[in-house]
Parts: sequence; structure tokens; C-alpha cells
Amino acid sequence: MSGRYEIRFSGSGGQGLILAGVIFAEAATIFDKKTAVQSQSYGPEARGGASKSEVIISDTAIDFPKATEIDLMLALTPEACMKYYKDIKPNGVLLVDEDFVKETPKGTFKVVRLPIIRTASEEIGKAFVANIVALGAITAITGQVSIEAVEKAVLSRVPKGTEDLNKKALMAGYDLARARIT
Amino acid sequence: MGKIKLLQGNEACAEGALYAGCNFFGGYPITPSTEVAEYMARRLPQVGGAFLQMEDEIAAMASVIGGSLAGCKALTATSGPGFSLKQENMGFAMLTEIPCVIVNVMRGGPSTGVPTGPGQSDIMQCKWGTHGDHPVICLTPAYVQEIFSETVRAFNLSEKYRTPVIIAFDEIVGHMRERIEIPDPGVLPIVNRTKPTCPPSGYLPYDDTKGDVPPMANFFEGYRYHVTGLNHGTDGFPVNASPRIHTDELRLIRKVEANKADIVKFEETLMGDAEVAIFAYGVSGRSAKTAVEAARKEGIKVGLFRPLTMWPFPEEQVAAIASRVKAIVVPELSLGQIIFEVERCARGRCKVEGIFRVDGDPINPAQILAKVKEVK
Repeated sequence: MSGRYEIRFSGSGGQGLILAGVIFAEAATIFDKKTAVQSQSYGPEARGGASKSEVIISDTAIDFPKATEIDLMLALTPEACMKYYKDIKPNGVLLVDEDFVKETPKGTFKVVRLPIIRTASEEIGKAFVANIVALGAITAITGQVSIEAVEKAVLSRVPKGTEDLNKKALMAGYDLARARIT
Repeated sequence: MGKIKLLQGNEACAEGALYAGCNFFGGYPITPSTEVAEYMARRLPQVGGAFLQMEDEIAAMASVIGGSLAGCKALTATSGPGFSLKQENMGFAMLTEIPCVIVNVMRGGPSTGVPTGPGQSDIMQCKWGTHGDHPVICLTPAYVQEIFSETVRAFNLSEKYRTPVIIAFDEIVGHMRERIEIPDPGVLPIVNRTKPTCPPSGYLPYDDTKGDVPPMANFFEGYRYHVTGLNHGTDGFPVNASPRIHTDELRLIRKVEANKADIVKFEETLMGDAEVAIFAYGVSGRSAKTAVEAARKEGIKVGLFRPLTMWPFPEEQVAAIASRVKAIVVPELSLGQIIFEVERCARGRCKVEGIFRVDGDPINPAQILAKVKEVK
């Protein structure tokens, strides 16, 4: 499965992680012309409960649509982190919210801690754009999709009137990650 | 070049229906099929169609039958519990020969089961869910693009053979998003029901003298006829006598069975020199394809037979495979259903081994690869 890059977005139902996955997949397929599949898994609850969304990007056709050897996993809650981290591959990346996920599991993966939710609520002023901040960070860390493509995909999916807010959130996440990883 | 989009399987199903000319949806929302209804609710009014949310799944199926009788191409979408409720009316549509399309996005069951998890345990219900001997066409797409094109094909087969067609796929395929190209109008062929050419006074809705699929008149176009769930004569009125019941039942079954060459569709991957075959559909078919790729890299001669038409069952194809491979592996998200059909067709000519899983997760390629190594 070379050339296959697997990303898992996880957190609590209602944090917008399925939407984040959809936007990332749209950026990859529609705007960057790559092959991608987005899938999701959630419980019967409308809010709460561990929720995950996965995006697989590849240079060839994708048959099995779920992540089994994860290159990057995002966890915004401790519950999701513990429930879903086991599929991260050796030398993969576990990206966590540094305020909410204090303890991270041990493994052969790299842990990156970023103040995703704090950036959304304090710098942007709206906690609900944490998913877009995370998307910016993931764009920077993975290098799989161009930031221009992600920006276009964000703007095509978010409600009218929130474009500037979401653009700011995306770039805040992107810059935050770039500052930490380089 | 058509329109390129990133769509969910469920959304692609709705787009396929619209492409085929669907102009009526009657339904009752249920996870994981709800997006089909949502999409149709938004789009049908834009194209002059009608969307009705009924009080339950039974009424939803009844509304689809009524819509079709009135000349619409009618669709409903549901999942396990709703599919169970629709069965009686589905049998009615089969006996009265009313074209319509029923989508079943399979989740875990029985009962309310696992609403947000995938399942493949309704596949025998697709065939035998309603009582009596009856014709069944059931399509099983596995990719978003395929859901679109198979939905178009479902409407075409339904109109051509004047019978309900079921499309069955699982929650994963229904909810996942992939790139899809929606072809321009006219690229895919569209079939419409054959209407009578005789005057209304001479119309017999079940006249089988000129073929197994009698022309169908739409209501409100001047043709008046009787529609009943009782076995009936050529004029549609009840006849519960020999030999009419027998000959008409045979015709209903023959309509589908004699046209298997037109209806049965499948995809074969590296089957040419295969010593082990995998029979899989839906998300399990996708998983099997990845397993085949991995096995081939290790030099294992394995191939995949992936049915796009599950009913009528690809009997001849499976029988032919069974006579030239050592084993057929059948992964399915149930505790073993479609494996019985594979065994029936294999008739002991090769080993048939299942991989069964019902915990809400798909069977992954590694599980299939391990089983292939075990049986080769």
C-alpha cells in the first residue's frame, strides 16, 4: 500500500471532525486532483461520544476505504485519543490538543501538541472553528494537500458570512503547526 | 466531460435516481439511508418532482407503488427495520408488476441493531423477505461512482421488466465520500416502460400473449384497470383458479430468470489464473480487492469475483469458478448468509470458507489475506 497516506480526525461528536475530513478530502480530490476517500464512524448519539472521520489519499485507486496504518491522527479529546490511537503506524504522528489531551499513550509514533482549541477560542474568538484550525495544522504537518486547495475547499463548505472567520482559523492552524515543527 | 463532485454513496444514489428520471420519492428517514431522502427532498422540487415523507415505512412503500402507477419513476430508501416493514407492499408490487426502486442501506441487525454501523445481513431478506414465490432483482454496488451508475441501471431494469428492483449496499459505502463524475444527460441510456398502443377499451394490463412483460398504462391517461394483490387474470381482476395461477407465477419468475444474461453483472479481478477465488460484494468486496493486490505481491494466485447483481444469483459463473479453483473465500458482514448460495452453486467441487464479522467494523484486507493463505 505504498503511496497511501492515512489520516484520522478524532474527537467528540459535534466538534466538526467529520466536516474537517470532508473538506480535506474535497481539497485533495477536487482542487488538487488526487485520489481520496473520506469515511466516518460515529455512535447513535447526536452529540458527544467518540467520533472519527478518516481520509485516505493515494496516487492509485483506493479500494479498502478505512485507515489501518495511520500516518497522522488528530485527537481533540482524551477519550478519542485512547480509543483510536492504536492504528498509528511506527513513525506516524499523533497530533493532540495540548490543553485537553494532557496524557498521551506511549508508542513508536511522534506526538505533536498544539493549542488548537485555545487558538480557536482566544485568537479567532470562536471555539467552534477548532476543526478548521486543526485542518490548517494538518495541512502543514502532512504536506499531502496544498494550503490553497484546502482554503478553496473550506470556503466552498462553510456557511455564508463565515468565510473570513474560517480563513483566519485555517491560517492560524497552519502557522501554528509550521512554527512548531520547523 | 460531466460534473466532477465529491459525494457520499447515498448522495450519489440520489443523483443516479434523478439522472434516470426519478420524479417521485416516498420515504421515512432512517439511519444510515437518510441522506438519500434529504438529497431528494432538496432536489426533486427543483426538477418538477415530488417528495413525500410518509408516516412510516409501510406507507412509504405504498406511496411509491401509487406514484409509479400514476406514471412516475418512484424511489424509496431505507435500512433494516424499515426494509422489514416494506416487505408486504414489495410483494404486492412484484405480483402486480409495478416498477419502482427500493434502496436498502444495510446496517447491523436484527431489530434496531447497530444503526450507525455497516451490515450485510439483509442480503437473503432482499431475496426472500416477502412471502410467496416472487421475482427479485437486487443490485450491490460498492463504489460511489458505481452507486450512481447502478441506480440508473436499477431504474432501467425496473422499467424494462416491470418489476421492483432493490439496491443493497452497506453503511460504509453509503456514507463514504469519493470523487464522482456525473455524466452529461444522454451519456447513459435511460429505459422507460412500454406503454400500450391499443385504445383504452381493448387494454388488458396483464396480457401475456405478446411476451412476458405486458405493456403498462399509466393511470390518468385514459386507461382504467384493476390492480389487486390477489392472483389475477389478464384484465387484472382476481382469478384464483388453475391453470392461470400456475402459468402466471411461472411467467413472473421467467421474466427475470430468462433474462439473466441482461441482468447479471459482475466484476472479476485477476481471476484468469486464480487458484483461490474470493466472492465478495459491497465494502467486503473493496476489502477483498486490496487483499488480492497484497496476495499477488506475495505470489499467491488469488482473484476476486465481485457481484454487482446479487439476485438473480450469478449461478453459472460461480459454478464455473468452483470447478477450476481449490477454494472460494466468502467474506461477509453477517454470520454467514450469501455463503449458502456460493456453496449451493459450488456443489462440493471446491472448498467454500467464510469470514464473518458483525461487530460494526468492516472485514479488513489482512483478515482476508490470512484466510486465503490458510485455504490455498
